[in-house]
Amino acid sequence: MGMLDGKVAVVTGGTYGIGRAVSVRAAAEGAKVVIGARGQQAGIDTVKEIEAAGGEATFIATDVAKADDVEALIGGTIAAYGRLDLACNNAGIGGERQLIHEVSEEDFESIMALNLRGCFVCVKLELQQMLKVGGGSIVNMASANGLIGTALFTAYTASKHGMVGLTKAAALEYADKGIRVNAVCPGGVETPLFTETYPVGSESRKAAMDFHPIGRIGTSEEIAAAVVFLWSDKASYITGTCLTLDGGLTAN
Amino acid sequence: MTDGPVSGGQVSSGEFAGKVALVTGASGGIGRAAALRFASGGATVVCSDIAEDGGHETVSLIAAGGGTASLVLADVSSESDVESLIDITMHEYGRLDIAFNNAGIGLFGKTIVEHTEDDYDRIMGVNSTGVFLCLKYEIPAMLESGGGCIVNTASKAGLVGDAGLSVYSASKHAVVGMTKTAALEYARKGIRVNCVAPGVIDTDINTPFWQANPGAYEEFSKKPPMGRMGTAEEVAEAVAWLCTDDAAFVHGHAMSVDAGMLAE
Amino acid sequence: MSDFGQKIALVTGAGSGIGRATALVFAREGATVACSDIDTESGEATVRMIEDLGGTASFVRADVSVGADVEAMVQTVVERYGRLDVAHNNAGIGGLGKPIVQHSLSEFERTMAVNTKGVFHGMKYQIPQMLKQGGGAIVNTSSMMGLVGLAGISAYSASKHAVVGLTRSAALEYGSKGVRINCICPGIIRTPINQKYWDEFPEAEKEWLSIEPIGRYGEPEEVAEVVVWMASDEASFMHGHALSVDGGATAQ
Repeated sequence: MGMLDGKVAVVTGGTYGIGRAVSVRAAAEGAKVVIGARGQQAGIDTVKEIEAAGGEATFIATDVAKADDVEALIGGTIAAYGRLDLACNNAGIGGERQLIHEVSEEDFESIMALNLRGCFVCVKLELQQMLKVGGGSIVNMASANGLIGTALFTAYTASKHGMVGLTKAAALEYADKGIRVNAVCPGGVETPLFTETYPVGSESRKAAMDFHPIGRIGTSEEIAAAVVFLWSDKASYITGTCLTLDGGLTAN
Repeated sequence: MTDGPVSGGQVSSGEFAGKVALVTGASGGIGRAAALRFASGGATVVCSDIAEDGGHETVSLIAAGGGTASLVLADVSSESDVESLIDITMHEYGRLDIAFNNAGIGLFGKTIVEHTEDDYDRIMGVNSTGVFLCLKYEIPAMLESGGGCIVNTASKAGLVGDAGLSVYSASKHAVVGMTKTAALEYARKGIRVNCVAPGVIDTDINTPFWQANPGAYEEFSKKPPMGRMGTAEEVAEAVAWLCTDDAAFVHGHAMSVDAGMLAE
Repeated sequence: MSDFGQKIALVTGAGSGIGRATALVFAREGATVACSDIDTESGEATVRMIEDLGGTASFVRADVSVGADVEAMVQTVVERYGRLDVAHNNAGIGGLGKPIVQHSLSEFERTMAVNTKGVFHGMKYQIPQMLKQGGGAIVNTSSMMGLVGLAGISAYSASKHAVVGLTRSAALEYGSKGVRINCICPGIIRTPINQKYWDEFPEAEKEWLSIEPIGRYGEPEEVAEVVVWMASDEASFMHGHALSVDGGATAQ
């Protein structure tokens, strides 16, 4: 008997890193998972992994920076399952390490388009469906950088702060309509995105790990566990919050 | 025990002209810097501390600069001392416009397990109960005076944690809590209440820690994003600004003066 | 949900409200629960409730504001069960409903002594035992009022803010030594503490509802589920966090 039996969940960016772990865990908890992401092959692989473990999943190619794609993702979910109960808006990119005055407008726009506007479009369409079934739970994948800044990651930090603000405002709007909206703010997590930014064996990677009071970075599974918890009825009184999973990084 | 008022004899002018300001912990560090700043802005300053010599020196410095000040010794963790402090201020000057509840002690370098009951009682007594008592007695005096502005000294450690500073951090978080609550209670009664949250500031409160930990001074100097510690004067400027009319819409706020340490 | 079988959990203030609810959930999840309270009758009643449901529990009386009581409480738990894996420092007293100038010094000190010093005592004696065992998890009960203010409860708010400070700092001290420390910030929950306040100030029960975007008060069980999750391995990367369970109250 899983925590999410009978529920229909959408996970964006659900084919690698944290998103993949969320998709896999959600299916293991009994949810029917619709994965929206850009990489076709990774999408097929993730669905196979879930089915091999006895779960149910579908992949719909989606670039959340394109509103039409998001409409197709949500539309496809409703067509397949008739409802939407849960969503994890996780698709996002980190961007290049640059001082703010070196960031081009195009780079800034493209990060905001994917990380923040993409989240907004997803939340909008998800809420519409959840209102129809009288309830639901949305988790936006923000970051410790939704609460604090990190030098050289201006656009990423701005987009994640924006996601936190959007989460809180959406939570207030739908709190008394049975829909909970929260954010998860991970610190450093062992994912391809992290490794891209902090290559294995580099000084910056060691420094990033030491920066976490717990002495290590997190795993995708740990983050997935928090998403699934926030989705579940155990979190029935939690809305509008940023659940921080960072081994103590922001306690400092 | 009181001393003063001592006056440098200059006609007072400036953004705090005609105002009476009370500063606790005025014998050195941030308190002294704030007392001097209020005085140079034209306020009459009641300096308070448990340290008599340092208190006298602050008063003398103010007089030397042309300002007016007096010294009232008080232990902010004692209810009777705080009650007297406010009584004396009102008796002497007839009003209270500004209060900077700054008296505080630190204890760095012990884990929570290593803190004794005495450590806990001492730190909480001055830093937390002391602020409570000051607010409790200042507010009625300010209401009598037609309004006022209170700034409490919290700390970066009042907003986040710090290893080796657990009870200090608890006491400063409590100051932030009281600041917000008092602000909400008196918002429509003409009393603004805020706190400052200094980061690493180069004052004597830290001296025992530097002495016990060679190399720590240099290490801590590099921690803030600006690459240096703050000065007492920099914190005093923020406190003074909060007490001017320019900050009339700032209320219930914890103002960080920390070179960006909380931004990261 | 991670299995608490073989684990020993200590809950203070277990005689009622959130503490009782948490003790019951820990027991449901398989933990042996040491229930502590200043009131023997209600504490023992919680033990009987656990036993009636097939669980294992015992009572140990303590006034958390007294260091010697807390030291003895932890010693008793270790003597009885050989270990201590999880602690919920929850014992607390409520707000007074009057302006700061009307709080007497003894009222202020009593609130701080139970709510803050009680948590200090708890961690001071629990941490060394957990270190001996190689790790453990602590959840302290703060409050929404540990993050924001509210007119009329200055001493309570100060005490609950201080719990957040203790939690974050202790987390930074012990994170890399295997002891995970977090706190919970409940919103307005239907507990005996609040009911007592509402009995004295009936208007408050109606007024306070506007604080809760979700449109209702929380139930102790809703907080308990979250505490137990935080204490479980599911939350292994959560450290030094103040988790809000407040129906959106601090999102605004």
